[in-house]
Amino acid sequence: MITQRGAKKQRPISAVQASLALLAFGIGGAQAQEPLKIGLVSVLSGPQATLGQQVRDGFQLAIKDLGGKIAGRPVEVIVLDDELKPDVAVSKVRGLLEKDKVDFVVGPVFSNILQAIHKPVTESGAFLISPNAGTSNFAGKACHENFFVTSYQNDQPHEVLGKYAQDKGYKRAYLIAPNYQAGKDSLAGFKRHFTGEIVDEVYAPLGQLDYASELAKIASAKPDVLFVFLPGGMGINFVKQFRQAGLADKLPFLSAFTVDESVLPAQQDAAIGFRSGMSWAPNMNNPQSKAFVQNYEANFNVVPGSYAMQAYDAGQLINAALTATKGSTADKAALRAALKKADFVSLRGKFKFNTNGYPIQDFYVVKVAKRADGKFQTEIEEKVFSDYGDTYAAECPLK
Amino acid sequence: MVRCEVFMSLFAIQILNGLQLGLLMFMVAAGLTLVFGVMDFINLAHGVQYMIGAYLAAVMIALTGHYVVGLVLALIGVLLIGLLLEHVVFRPLYQRSHLDQVLATFGLILFLNQGVKMVFGASPLSVPIPSWFEGAVLLGDGILYPLYRFVIIAAGLIMALLLWLGVEKTRIGMQVRAGASHPDMLSALGVDVRRLFMLIFALGSVLAGFAGALAAPILSVEPGMGDQILILAFVVIVIGGIGSIRGAFAGALLVGLIDTLARSYMVDVLRLFTGAAAARGIANGLSSMFIYILMAIVLFLRPQGLFPARGRS
Repeated sequence: MITQRGAKKQRPISAVQASLALLAFGIGGAQAQEPLKIGLVSVLSGPQATLGQQVRDGFQLAIKDLGGKIAGRPVEVIVLDDELKPDVAVSKVRGLLEKDKVDFVVGPVFSNILQAIHKPVTESGAFLISPNAGTSNFAGKACHENFFVTSYQNDQPHEVLGKYAQDKGYKRAYLIAPNYQAGKDSLAGFKRHFTGEIVDEVYAPLGQLDYASELAKIASAKPDVLFVFLPGGMGINFVKQFRQAGLADKLPFLSAFTVDESVLPAQQDAAIGFRSGMSWAPNMNNPQSKAFVQNYEANFNVVPGSYAMQAYDAGQLINAALTATKGSTADKAALRAALKKADFVSLRGKFKFNTNGYPIQDFYVVKVAKRADGKFQTEIEEKVFSDYGDTYAAECPLK
Repeated sequence: MVRCEVFMSLFAIQILNGLQLGLLMFMVAAGLTLVFGVMDFINLAHGVQYMIGAYLAAVMIALTGHYVVGLVLALIGVLLIGLLLEHVVFRPLYQRSHLDQVLATFGLILFLNQGVKMVFGASPLSVPIPSWFEGAVLLGDGILYPLYRFVIIAAGLIMALLLWLGVEKTRIGMQVRAGASHPDMLSALGVDVRRLFMLIFALGSVLAGFAGALAAPILSVEPGMGDQILILAFVVIVIGGIGSIRGAFAGALLVGLIDTLARSYMVDVLRLFTGAAAARGIANGLSSMFIYILMAIVLFLRPQGLFPARGRS
């Protein structure tokens, strides 16, 4: 059963009704029949809603593929919109924990929301599974045994491009990112594996629309390679203007979160051939991923991005753990051990958890292409990192 | 010598960028300044017309497959929506206080932003550049400038010229100017003020919509895209002088040029005094503040604006 808060909601059967039903049927194992409650916290309004919708749809698709049941228990997913506001997210998450008594919270998309809801969820004894945000503090010193990430540590997609630029022998790099913390982290991530000259690093105001003046400066600086981190609408504008300025044929375009399936429908041909770094792409060559992409497109009529893939894997992760505990959430230690094993077939192939609950996985450089049906997607070009864990895990006291 | 040439061609490009930004802002600000100056009406929803213009252009161009036909249909659509809004929402508010107008038109922003999201979805739309304006012009040492941006500059200049001719040389333009300085006298002389208001409003809507449609191929068409340009447009009309087309033109070019040049050269100027990292940090903050500092200076020295409407003080 899938319900959306705010819409008309079927109340779960009361305890009296449930026990009556049990008496009537004379079956034991009350917990095995009780619905498993999962809270899904995602951004579903505002300009970033396209990312949140992918997370919601990817997760719900996983539950649907499981027949709406996990280890014999019906699943109730309670979907909440965090509005990309930390205070709103916290109060809604408190409601999930105290009123709905959920066993799992899946979410959020953005790191600032994760910072806000991490403590309330993990301290309540529920498990927090992040399908996207993976900040450095919770990977390192502030790691928690009830926190798992099915995406990556935030630095890693940026590191992929830095390593790629280094391997390709580019000497002079020009970097551009928005002027906020994630933008600075991004450029630091790129520089971790890139030892060449940084011609300039430009921080544009968050939400800037016209990049004409930056593009003119890039053209006159004549770098070997450009690295861009401009998520959402910023990236749409930058990519179009970069192409219009005639730079696309001269300057290799490396990026993180700037050309992905959430913005490609707006960038279209302008983004073809541009590169990004990720642990998966819709053309991933394994049967489970192919089935997922086909299934997702049939259901939602858009190409799934990594956001949807990571949320789908979060659903598979919960299913694998509960199957191991035979549907029981009573023994938290057993459930935690089962989660840590990550005993499911990830859409990206190899997947396991590090000691800090973040993934160890492969990373690829992906490249934008137009498919035969006219839709756009990223496609895997080459592997950059194998079995790659994050650098912060060493600071995490968990074993 | 080579460095000097690179500097000059880069400088020329930044001037062009500033002009282009300024002319886009002018088209939005012209309507805003007339509505505010002549009708004494604060229309926060003016930026929404810009967004509607961009959305309609995206849809019409995709439907007809033809740029000019799509653009004309989009402008007709903007005009009709503008007239509808004038009739339903704005007309009852003309006699009300500024606070009521601000509240109602702000509500309209929320309503229409959410409306386009419900109709077109949250993800941005894309408008291709018309094929005969694709490509770029080589301006010195390997620096290309997109042809389409020249089109925006040309369209902006033509619009400014037409508007100037209309306001200065025609009978209706004379009434508009009279309305900007002495609206009561105008109606006492028997001019149908209500018809004049509607005309001004329609003109403002179409201009803002045209700016949105022109910007659509270079910017992403998304809900809320009009909000940012609205703030800039208010800065422009305060600097230029409320109710004055000349003021809006001068103010828009000034704001466009200063904003672009500050963003381009502030870092280099500050580097002369401090280290690179510190210069970058300060320049980012300072360059986005620059136009507001300019507005504060103008308000302090010339509260009526640089080119106020005649007879207004």
